[in-house]
Amino acid sequence: MTEVVQERPRAKSLSRSPRVKSKGLPKPVLGLIGVLVFLALWELMPVLGIVKAKYLPPASEVLTALVADLGMTAFWVAVGETMTAWALGLAIAVVLGLVLGLVIGMSPFLRRFTNSTIEFLRPIPSVALIPLAVLLFGMKIESSLLLIVYACFWQVLIQVLYGVADVDNVAMQTARSYGFSYWQRVRDVVFPTMLPYLMTGIRLAASVALILAITAELLIGSPGLGNEITLAQSGGAIAGMYALILATGFLGVGINGVTRVVEKRVLSWHPSIRGEVTP
Amino acid sequence: MKTLKSLGYLLTLPLILLAWWWIATSGAANFFVPTPAKLAETFIDTWMGEKLLTDVLPSVIRLVVGVLAAIVLGIGLGLAVGLNRTMRAVTEPVFEFFRALPPPVLVPVLMLLVGINDGMKIAVIISGCIWPVLLNTIEAVRSIDPVQNETSRSYGISGLSRIRYQVLPSATPTIMAGVRQCLSIGLILMVISEMFASSSGLGFTIVQFQRSFAVPEMWSGIVVLGLIGVALSFIFQWCERRVLRWYHGLKEVENAV
Repeated sequence: MTEVVQERPRAKSLSRSPRVKSKGLPKPVLGLIGVLVFLALWELMPVLGIVKAKYLPPASEVLTALVADLGMTAFWVAVGETMTAWALGLAIAVVLGLVLGLVIGMSPFLRRFTNSTIEFLRPIPSVALIPLAVLLFGMKIESSLLLIVYACFWQVLIQVLYGVADVDNVAMQTARSYGFSYWQRVRDVVFPTMLPYLMTGIRLAASVALILAITAELLIGSPGLGNEITLAQSGGAIAGMYALILATGFLGVGINGVTRVVEKRVLSWHPSIRGEVTP
Repeated sequence: MKTLKSLGYLLTLPLILLAWWWIATSGAANFFVPTPAKLAETFIDTWMGEKLLTDVLPSVIRLVVGVLAAIVLGIGLGLAVGLNRTMRAVTEPVFEFFRALPPPVLVPVLMLLVGINDGMKIAVIISGCIWPVLLNTIEAVRSIDPVQNETSRSYGISGLSRIRYQVLPSATPTIMAGVRQCLSIGLILMVISEMFASSSGLGFTIVQFQRSFAVPEMWSGIVVLGLIGVALSFIFQWCERRVLRWYHGLKEVENAV
């Protein structure tokens, strides 16, 4: 039910179009001003001595370090390791969540039967599994995968369950009386209704997966950007540490952007997206 | 009969899983997985005593303080930014970046800036939890029905009373969705900040058990974290039902039509 609240595209089309153009500077310019103000504040804080430059190097120094990083193979290898864990974990979680969600959601009995267990297991924070991951896998990618899959699985599963529950009863009964098989019902009736929910789940899971990939690398020491951050910190390369942190932020922004585009593409036929084009 | 049936639905699968766990572990001794009885025993021995006061309680207090502060700050700042179109446009890219930044990377930063103390742990929780609340508030205020805004204006409702009676109520459903995300992030950050740098707290204790290969104790710690997670989610659902009672009622009426 809260997920319905999160579905935002419809409201956007209402308030955006006529008012933005009315007066003032265009939006991208204002956004750029915001970024510049932020960078200026950051630059000034250590210079004016509000924070020690040892602890928070000025923005210029960090950005230089980031640019230097971009030219290094080691940096890209770390990014690759983080993204591998992210992609693998997300893929496994989506497949598991989708299949189990469909099977459980399609049967009223299974839905009631599993409800208490799901509601109990879901809020368990995946970081609680860190010690177990260390014990079982040590500093390998499997540790990251265990955490990522556990956290993302619930995001996807819950959305799929909501989606299957949202299927129109009349459509389902029509399909039944026309003699659709189980597989046909899943493919032609349930799947289209569920797809927007699934995409919301994947979008949420994608950012959760990045958080846990980085967490696992920070705490367990499996290879990747998070581990590089720990190394930079313990090595006293503070500007380098901030540069890596910025890099994880940009990864996050990139992931959010890509998932939003994919969502729009996949759901281009759906009223909530179509409505935005033809107000 | 009906309550019996729903009780059956509630308990059957957990009981089956428990039985399966018990059978699977009762044969050969498994180093990684303790038997249910052993785990329950360790759980009581480990946590139902001094540790409850010295480790669990401080962690939970830090979590609650951090999350509440993040909610208050997020809603306050979100209202201020959301009601002003220029501010919204200026802050959007920076806020989007901070939302996309995985919160755990803030732990090393705040360790440097604040030092290793309780303040740092609360700061970590606030700085990670504030973004979902803040951005959802901004989004909620932005997408308020224009008719409502114009009605307020025509009736001369402005300032604080407008926020209290028009803006906040229509924004609450979206804000609550943000609060829900913020809770789970808060719990993650509570554990992580303690695993990183601490000499007490739940996260520290669990890592300590794992390092000394005290496997049943480690599992019991995982159970404690799970229980806290479940408790938080129930408290949240209870609050949400109270705060949004009018909203769920409205939805029911709309759906019935």
